[in-house]
Amino acid sequence: MAIWIQEDAKVLVQGITGKQGMFHAGKMVEYGTNLVGGVTPGKGGQTVELEGGNYPVFNSMVGAITETDADATVIYVPPPFAGEAIIEAANAFHTVKGEGVIVCITEGIPTLDMVKATAYVANRPGVRLIGPNCPGIITPGENGGAKLGIMPGHIHAKGRIGIVSKSGTLTYEAVAQTMSIDEGQSTCIGIGGDPVNGTGFIECLSAFQNDPQTEAIVMIGEIGGNAEQEAAEWATANCTKPIVGFVAGATAPPGKRMGHAGAIISGGKGTAEEKFAAFEAAGIACARDPSELGQVLLASLKAAGLR
Amino acid sequence: MNIHEYQGKALFKANGVSVLEGIHCTDVAGALAAYDSLGSKVVAVKSQIHAGGRGKGNLYHPETRELVMEGGVKIAFSREEVEEYSSNILGNMLVTIQSGEEGKLVNNIYIESGCDIAHEYYLALLVDRENKSVLIMASTEGGMDIEHVAEHTPEKIHKINIDPNSGLLGFQKRDLGMALGLSGASLKSFFKMLGKLYDLFISNDCAMVEVNPLVRTNADEIIALDAKVGFDENAEFRHRDWDDLRDLSEEEDVETRAKETGLSYVKLDGNIGCLVNGAGLAMATMDVIKLYGGEPANFLDVGGGADEEQVKTAFSIILEDPNVKGILVNIFGGIMRCDIIARGVIAATKALSLDVPLVVRLAGTNVDEGKAILAESGLNIHPADDLAEGAQKIVALIGGGA
Repeated sequence: MAIWIQEDAKVLVQGITGKQGMFHAGKMVEYGTNLVGGVTPGKGGQTVELEGGNYPVFNSMVGAITETDADATVIYVPPPFAGEAIIEAANAFHTVKGEGVIVCITEGIPTLDMVKATAYVANRPGVRLIGPNCPGIITPGENGGAKLGIMPGHIHAKGRIGIVSKSGTLTYEAVAQTMSIDEGQSTCIGIGGDPVNGTGFIECLSAFQNDPQTEAIVMIGEIGGNAEQEAAEWATANCTKPIVGFVAGATAPPGKRMGHAGAIISGGKGTAEEKFAAFEAAGIACARDPSELGQVLLASLKAAGLR
Repeated sequence: MNIHEYQGKALFKANGVSVLEGIHCTDVAGALAAYDSLGSKVVAVKSQIHAGGRGKGNLYHPETRELVMEGGVKIAFSREEVEEYSSNILGNMLVTIQSGEEGKLVNNIYIESGCDIAHEYYLALLVDRENKSVLIMASTEGGMDIEHVAEHTPEKIHKINIDPNSGLLGFQKRDLGMALGLSGASLKSFFKMLGKLYDLFISNDCAMVEVNPLVRTNADEIIALDAKVGFDENAEFRHRDWDDLRDLSEEEDVETRAKETGLSYVKLDGNIGCLVNGAGLAMATMDVIKLYGGEPANFLDVGGGADEEQVKTAFSIILEDPNVKGILVNIFGGIMRCDIIARGVIAATKALSLDVPLVVRLAGTNVDEGKAILAESGLNIHPADDLAEGAQKIVALIGGGA
């Protein structure tokens, strides 16, 4: 058992006929993801040819889920339309099967569009949103697995470490660190670097805590907001599995947006020091250098009798 | 993206939020003409910069750095005072608690009519990350530093979160007004103003609107004496008019140019240039340089799909900074292939005749091809296998810390 996305999950791609959508749908299939089709309004009835064969295109998410019984969707729609694409997907999963996972990769969605979209998703309890502005979610399998996003599949392997992160490439760095000590991953989730997003750290930690396959967790945060502090506090009371952490942005100047829309220290709040301190107070083993995450994880696994 | 107070006030006025009469000007003659045409005995002469704390800031001569005048917002009781204050403000540097030590050159002033004030309040609208909704914050302690109020008397700050499905409702406006001690005509005026301000916030894709102070006059009218407005840059595509409101002199020129080419760049004070893919990894690279005794010169994220040309642009932007003594390239190839990055690095090194030490750390997709290309180039490029090694190497190559 991994979390939220199983190895054989049936997956749709919203925006499959676009340049980004088609490219990444191809990479997903190459990795072994069970792609069942895509959605582009106005192009229903066409097919998209990828390495694994021909995939049907639907006009709407309701139509696509009704036809394919999909479990999840990945959104590669441009920013002006992505907020609505999330709402369309949430409505479709909710009405057709009562549940589903929406992964939104798109970067640059207006914040107020996300306020609307997250409120819509929150009112449909069976529907989960991951992202936006994230690398996605991947559950490595024995041969391939389910890759819902833009991460390089080949660096992953099935295993027992759960990874959750706000960043893209820093997540890949964490994956490589687990591999350097011969550990694979149960599920890796990029929750995204936007100020308003879907699934947060606490939901990920909670799911990893309840997942029998996951035996330890790597959590990567960054400056801005206080999601890391809240997650650390939650973990103190609720998480029994070892957690290893890193926070990016210790050298970031206040008041400057560091690439991600949410990565900004405002009013002196949301600094890396605050977050490291919260992690340490919660008994989370911290690496100050991401190249040491592997060794810190190894020490934590040994201390827990897992190595 | 932030705009000036005078632009914010125009936006308020156009959307039915009460402000005082005021005129924007860029020279002393304009300020005097504005004074004459306002016909108000008392006017405020207000420096226009994108930083708070203007009233308590000081103006300095841009070259000699001599103190010219205390206070960036002055109340003038005569035509002579308008002349004196505006000539002291324009062309000088205003240093406030938010402006940085250097301060900001003042090119614009706003001449505003005076009014009688019965009480000053604080009001702000912003996006609350934790509650994923718009938050309205108000306090009876207007005109003060709100962070100070939040720390010492948090009970004086009143908050309401807006459900995006229902919008701002009547009872919420009433509750907030009553929490500020308003009643009768002033409550009615506040109720109307808050509705207009919320509509303005939503329809203009604001990231923040702060009014400090919001005042109640002796006639029980609620008027915005301040207007600090910031827009959400992600929404720029549906607001073509923002281009006219942008004051480029308030932005770091090089950061603006980087953005135009799809790069995200922030200048820092150190001497090790960084070129990284991904915002989180770019921050982590800076942190690790510092951890090993160096000082990063910049944050630079080349994005997920950079090509040879973009890598070259990134190098030239890093090298514009005369403090840069060495460069660390840190790429974790996902979609981006290491062989393509390696070719980009070589092309840039040659084209720009790079003469500072260069350390390149590659990982991920096609890493072996990438490393081979760099090794065979015959150029003086130092390879590194992980981030720690890369940081240690570049710090050693430039002869230790900054």
